[in-house]
Amino acid sequence: MVASLKIQDLHVSVEGLPILRGVSLEVRQGEIHALMGPNGSGKSTLAYTLVGHPKYEITQGSIEIDGKPLNELDACERARLGLFLAFQYPIVIPGVKVADFLRHAITNIRNPDRKEGEGLIPMREFRKELKAMMDELGMDSEFARRYLNEGFSGGEKKRMEILQLAMLKPRFAVLDETDSGLDSDAVRVVSEGLRKLSGPQMGVLIITHHERLLEYNVPQFTHVMLAGKIVETGDASLARELHNEGYSKVRLRHPEEAAEEAARASGRSSEANRTAEPASV
Amino acid sequence: MSTAIASSSAAGFSQEVFEHFLSSRHEPAWVSELRREAFAKYTEFLEQPLDPEEWKRIDLRALKPSQFHLVTTQAATEASAASGLEANADPAIGTLLADRAEFAGRVIHVDGQSAISELSEELAARGVVFGSLTQLIQTHGDLLKPYLMKRAVKHDQDRMSAWHAAFWTGGTVLYVPRNVRVEAPLYGLVALAKDKAADFSHTLVILEDGAEATLLEETTSLHATHAGLHVGGVELLLGQEARLRYVQLQNWNHRTWHLATQAGHVEKDGFLQWTVGGLGSRLAHTHQDVSLDGRGAVAQVNGVTFAINRQVISYYTQQTHRAPDTRSDLLYKDVLRDESRVIWRGMIDVEKGAPRTDGYQRNDSLLLSTTARADAIPGLEIETDDVRCTHGATVGEVDQDQILYCMCRGLSRHEAMHMIVEGFFQQVYDRIPVPAVQETLSQAVERKLGLGRDT
Ligand SMILES: Nc1ncnc2c1ncn2[C@@H]1O[C@H](COP(=O)(O)OP(=O)(O)O)[C@@H](O)[C@H]1O
Ligand SMILES: [Mg+2]
Repeated sequence: MVASLKIQDLHVSVEGLPILRGVSLEVRQGEIHALMGPNGSGKSTLAYTLVGHPKYEITQGSIEIDGKPLNELDACERARLGLFLAFQYPIVIPGVKVADFLRHAITNIRNPDRKEGEGLIPMREFRKELKAMMDELGMDSEFARRYLNEGFSGGEKKRMEILQLAMLKPRFAVLDETDSGLDSDAVRVVSEGLRKLSGPQMGVLIITHHERLLEYNVPQFTHVMLAGKIVETGDASLARELHNEGYSKVRLRHPEEAAEEAARASGRSSEANRTAEPASV
Repeated sequence: MSTAIASSSAAGFSQEVFEHFLSSRHEPAWVSELRREAFAKYTEFLEQPLDPEEWKRIDLRALKPSQFHLVTTQAATEASAASGLEANADPAIGTLLADRAEFAGRVIHVDGQSAISELSEELAARGVVFGSLTQLIQTHGDLLKPYLMKRAVKHDQDRMSAWHAAFWTGGTVLYVPRNVRVEAPLYGLVALAKDKAADFSHTLVILEDGAEATLLEETTSLHATHAGLHVGGVELLLGQEARLRYVQLQNWNHRTWHLATQAGHVEKDGFLQWTVGGLGSRLAHTHQDVSLDGRGAVAQVNGVTFAINRQVISYYTQQTHRAPDTRSDLLYKDVLRDESRVIWRGMIDVEKGAPRTDGYQRNDSLLLSTTARADAIPGLEIETDDVRCTHGATVGEVDQDQILYCMCRGLSRHEAMHMIVEGFFQQVYDRIPVPAVQETLSQAVERKLGLGRDT
């Protein structure tokens, strides 16, 4: 049976500030969805909320996998149900070797009922699998011995996210700008990598600003987010249109959300001035 | 003798106790003389306040030396050793290192008395001496006399060193002759068994020019709830081009006081790698000096500390450069939880005759709870030009983004915490290429993370 990740009327606040204002979306295994939208529209907020980041508070609505509500589950439980996020900014874990980290992760994902301290998957089997996957993704197996994301270049970090995706084989993968900040070679590697991995067993939600990732992984659905709402849904041609023309037409078609976006921007920039923080790009 | 099984000296460290202790030891005159001088100093020091620079952050008021007693009867200890070591039912205590490697020799002390002492015949034939200080003072007095509390730990240094020098109960001697290289590690265990027993063990390592050795020592309590007192001394003396790896893993129970005076001296082109592990004790204070006495001498000092509950673990470290082109590199890493406290006061001293010194010290603390507290106070005192000395200290909480990232990959919060703590210590493990030590520390960390965890 095809599983589905169902988001209904999701409202999310960060530190009391409402960011998402009623997002509904359904991703089924085997489907590819693109999520686009200007900076600050709430794409990453949706991604973090899906995986259970404690800072993102659901004030209304629900997230379900196959009818099982996720709202009350922590990030670990959600991961064990088959949800995966490739982080926009992967985290450095000093002193933790990629291989050790992945061995724990895989063991838990494959035996969701495992308690800490119970056996890990056998070392030889794991090494073999990891090596094969790294070869397939064109990664130097030396990476397995490095500390997770420590001293990695931007491209290496993103590739490490793809490697984790490949090893963990989630039912639902969210990729948050996995193609940003990479040179075109690296974008190609990541795009090809994802194409190899996705298939009938995986539902994918791709957050992107670029074309390449979607050329290799053509979406059946494209969603446009503006000021915390999904304002339009179309097919792959909508993604192309947004690439070529930007969001001005979308804003014209949705004046209420465009006004909210403008209000948020001015509100936030005055706040930024008060705290003398550099404006985000 | 066998009727004396329960006998131990009267409690405390009075003149009377000292005389009784001395008469039970049957030691050569020069040793007794040293003890008498030390006891006189100890009495003097008791009248004076402790050096505030070293002690002002530590509260010793709850320490009542008069509650503790030295065990003086060999028979008593052997009996308790035999029963204690075998009947050690609590898996959370016991030794961490003992079964992890092939050791070329072992020395085991219980309540300050030697219980087991052995060395491979091959090493003995090459002139290596490894065994109990109490025994070797009788058979190898001439060898030890120029070193024992003469060069590194001195009886008139301060109250703790004098106390130790007057009452040392036994300990471990390692002597490696010129150019002899001992490959396999040697092992020492210092255990406390009886309730309110005092251990004043002394470790004396002498490496002649060009000698090489690895000594792994650990301390443990055979019972989780017995109160204990350790007033210890460690002396590491390295000749020219000698290389020593020394590890001391302090793993007493949480009712033991640990007061240690430790010093290492390195001659020309010698290399000392010194690792301290601070896991156990109610309150631990270690005064650790490394002294680079000859041109080109190098010392690397590593520390791994994990404090929980109301433990207080304190270090006073000194890196003294006395000769040109010397290098010292100290890295301490502490993890704290609950209401525990870790204090590190570090000093690099560069004397006039030590140009081109390269000195480094760093302390990183990771707080697992908001009620724990870490103080790191680095310091430099430089009396010559043309040196490079750097120091740094960080104190931080566990990064919640790291926890989330791990959890998003299916690790539980606790497992994530464990990974991050292990990773935090990894930088120190990477400097210690002795697998037994890495494994031991990492297993100890695992155990400690499990203690009193909330689920
Ligand atoms: N952790 C956070 N703390 C404070 N504000 C946040 C946080 N995450 C998101 N926001 C705010 O929410 C809005 C949406 O941000 P985000 O979801 O990152 O947008 P996108 O990914 O579409 O660029 C922005 O205005 C941002 O400032
Ligand atoms: Mg984003």
